[in-house]
Amino acid sequence: MSAVAQPAKLELLEGTTAIARAAILSDCRFFTGYPMSPFTGLLESMSDLMPKSGGSCVNVESEIEGVNMTLGAAATGARAATGSCGQGVALMQEAIAEASLNETPIVIFNMARNQQDYFQCTRGGGWGDYRTLTLAPKDVPEAVEHTQLLFHLADKYRVPTILYGDPLIAQTRVGVRLQPLDLPALPPKDWALDGSLGGTGRSRQIWTWALGKRNAPGPGPDRHWQELAEKFESMAASEQRWEAQHVDDAETVVVAFGSAGKFTEYVVDELREEGHQIGHFRPITLWPFPGEALAEATRGARRVLVFELNAGQMIEDVRQFADDRKAIRAIGGISSADSGLSFGPLLDAPEIRGRIIAALKEEA
Amino acid sequence: MDVVTTDRPPGQEASKVAEAYPSLLLGDHSLCPGCGEPVALRILLETLQEMDLVQKTIAVVGHGCYGNFVQIIDLDCTLCLHGRAPASATGMKRMRPGSVVFTMQGDGDMVNEGLAEIVHAAARGENITCILLNNGVFGDTGGQQTATTVIGQRTKTSLEGRDPALHGHPIQIADIIAGLDGVGYVARGAVGTVRGVARTKKMIREAFESQLAGEGLSLVEILTMCPTGWFVTAPEGPDYLGESMESVYPMGELRARPNGEAG
Repeated sequence: MSAVAQPAKLELLEGTTAIARAAILSDCRFFTGYPMSPFTGLLESMSDLMPKSGGSCVNVESEIEGVNMTLGAAATGARAATGSCGQGVALMQEAIAEASLNETPIVIFNMARNQQDYFQCTRGGGWGDYRTLTLAPKDVPEAVEHTQLLFHLADKYRVPTILYGDPLIAQTRVGVRLQPLDLPALPPKDWALDGSLGGTGRSRQIWTWALGKRNAPGPGPDRHWQELAEKFESMAASEQRWEAQHVDDAETVVVAFGSAGKFTEYVVDELREEGHQIGHFRPITLWPFPGEALAEATRGARRVLVFELNAGQMIEDVRQFADDRKAIRAIGGISSADSGLSFGPLLDAPEIRGRIIAALKEEA
Repeated sequence: MDVVTTDRPPGQEASKVAEAYPSLLLGDHSLCPGCGEPVALRILLETLQEMDLVQKTIAVVGHGCYGNFVQIIDLDCTLCLHGRAPASATGMKRMRPGSVVFTMQGDGDMVNEGLAEIVHAAARGENITCILLNNGVFGDTGGQQTATTVIGQRTKTSLEGRDPALHGHPIQIADIIAGLDGVGYVARGAVGTVRGVARTKKMIREAFESQLAGEGLSLVEILTMCPTGWFVTAPEGPDYLGESMESVYPMGELRARPNGEAG
C-alpha cells in the first residue's frame, strides 16, 4: 500500500460500519456471520457494503458453517473474514485451529459482550499447538487501524487473527477517518487454490497433516507442526504491541486492555495531574502478550493494578511477566448489564477512580 | 463422450483407462481390496479429463477413507474439516466463479457430521458439485453405524443389526436435497456393477454440466462397496451392495436438469 497524499475525511460512523469499511479498504472480499448482539451491526454493514464492492457476504445458518466458508474463500487467496461475539466464536474454535494448522489466513471479528473472552482468544479452544494473534483496540479509530493490520498480519504469517471488540466499539457513533495504513507489500499467494495446476504434476494441496502429494511429499504432521510452533514463537517475539504512559517513575501501574484501557488511561491521567506517581500500561496485542514491555514498565513499581471486566483472566499473563508478582492486585471484576449483552456499571470512570484510590491507600 | 457398453464386447481398446491413470493419478490408493471408492474416484477423474476441466477444478475433500485421495489426485485440493465441505466449497466458488469446485464426502461426513452444510448449500443454490460416497458405514474407523446404515445392517455399534427402535432410520439425503429449490441436478448411482459404473459416470458428467451451466447445486450420491466395514469378503461386496443398499437407495435421477440427457 502506498502512502496517501491527503488525510481521509472525518465521518460520523457507528463502530461496526467503520470496521466494515476498514475491512473493505483492506480488500476483504468475503464475509460471513450469524446475527448476535453486539456483532449484528457488523453483519448488517457487511451485507450492505460487501456486494457493492464486488465481494460476497453470507448471512449463514451457523457460525460453524460461516467460519468454514471463510476458510474456503481464503484458501483461494481472497481476503476473507467472519465474526460473532464470544458465544459464537466458541462454535468456531475447531476451524480457527484448523486455519492455524493448515495455514489459511482469515480474520475473526469478536465483537464481544464484555471482557470474558480473553482466555478464548489468547488460549483458544481448538486442538493442537497454535496461537491466535489478537488485537484489542481501545476505541473505534483504533479498531479501524487494527482491522487493516489484522488482514495484513494474517496474510504475512498465514494465520487466523482476531479483533477483540466490545459493545462500546461496536455500537458507538464517533468521528473517524478511514485512513489506509501504509503497510509493506506481501509476497504473492502462490499456495492459493485456483484449480489451474491440475494435471501438471504440481497441483497444490492445503492440509493440516501436510503429507503432500505422492510425487511431491510434504513434511508430514510431525515436522509440519514443529515448524508451525517455530513460526508462532517468532511471531511472539516480533509482533508484541502495547502502549505505556507515565511508567518511568511510577510507583503504581494500572494494566488494562480494550475499551476498559481507555477508561483507565483517562483516570490515570487525571491522578497523574493531581500528583500521584501512577502510570498506565495497555497491552494492544493480547497474544502475543507484551511481557517484556510489561516487566520494564512495572520495574520498581510497588503496585500493579489489573483492571479487567472478568473474574481474572489477563492477570494470569500479568503474573507471568510483572517485575514483582507480589505487587499485583486485581481491581476489576465481572460486570455485566442485566441483559448479559453488554458491560455493567463497573466500566465507569468514577468507579474505576474509586478502586484505584482505595488501592493507593493500601500499604504496598 | 464414449460410454462403456456392457451388452457386447467393447469396440475399442480400453484406452481411457490407460490415459486416466498417469495424467490425474499420482500413485496407487491405499484402500482395502474390494472398496468402491477408488472406482468412484476413477470415473470422476475421467469425467473431468473428458470435459477438459482438469486445469480449472478445485477438489474439497472431507474425512473418511477417501481422504487419502488428496495425496494421489493431481488437482488443486484441500482436505477440509469433517462435514464442512459444502461450506468450504461455497467460499471457494464465490471467490472463483470461473473455477469448477466439487466436494467429496462420505455418508458419515455429509449425513452425520455435516447435514446442515449440505442442506443449506443446496437451498442457497451454491453452484458447486457434491459427490457423496455412501457405503452405509464408518469405514475409516472400522465399521460403525452412520446415518445411512440400512435397517438390519450389523455394525460395531449395532451388533444385532440396525433396529429402528434403538437406532432410528436411515436418511435418504439425496431425496431430501432433490426436493429443495436451488438445486440443479440430483442423482444416485452405484459402482457395484459395470452397468452401474457406466451409468454413474454419466450422472457425474451431468452434475458438472449443471455446474458449468450455473444451475445451482448438483449432487451425485454414489453407493460404494465397503466389504471391510460390512464384514463380508471382497468378492461379496457388489452383491451385498445390490441386495442391501440398492433396495433402500435405488439408482436413478432424483432431479433431472431442465434439458438433461442422462437417466
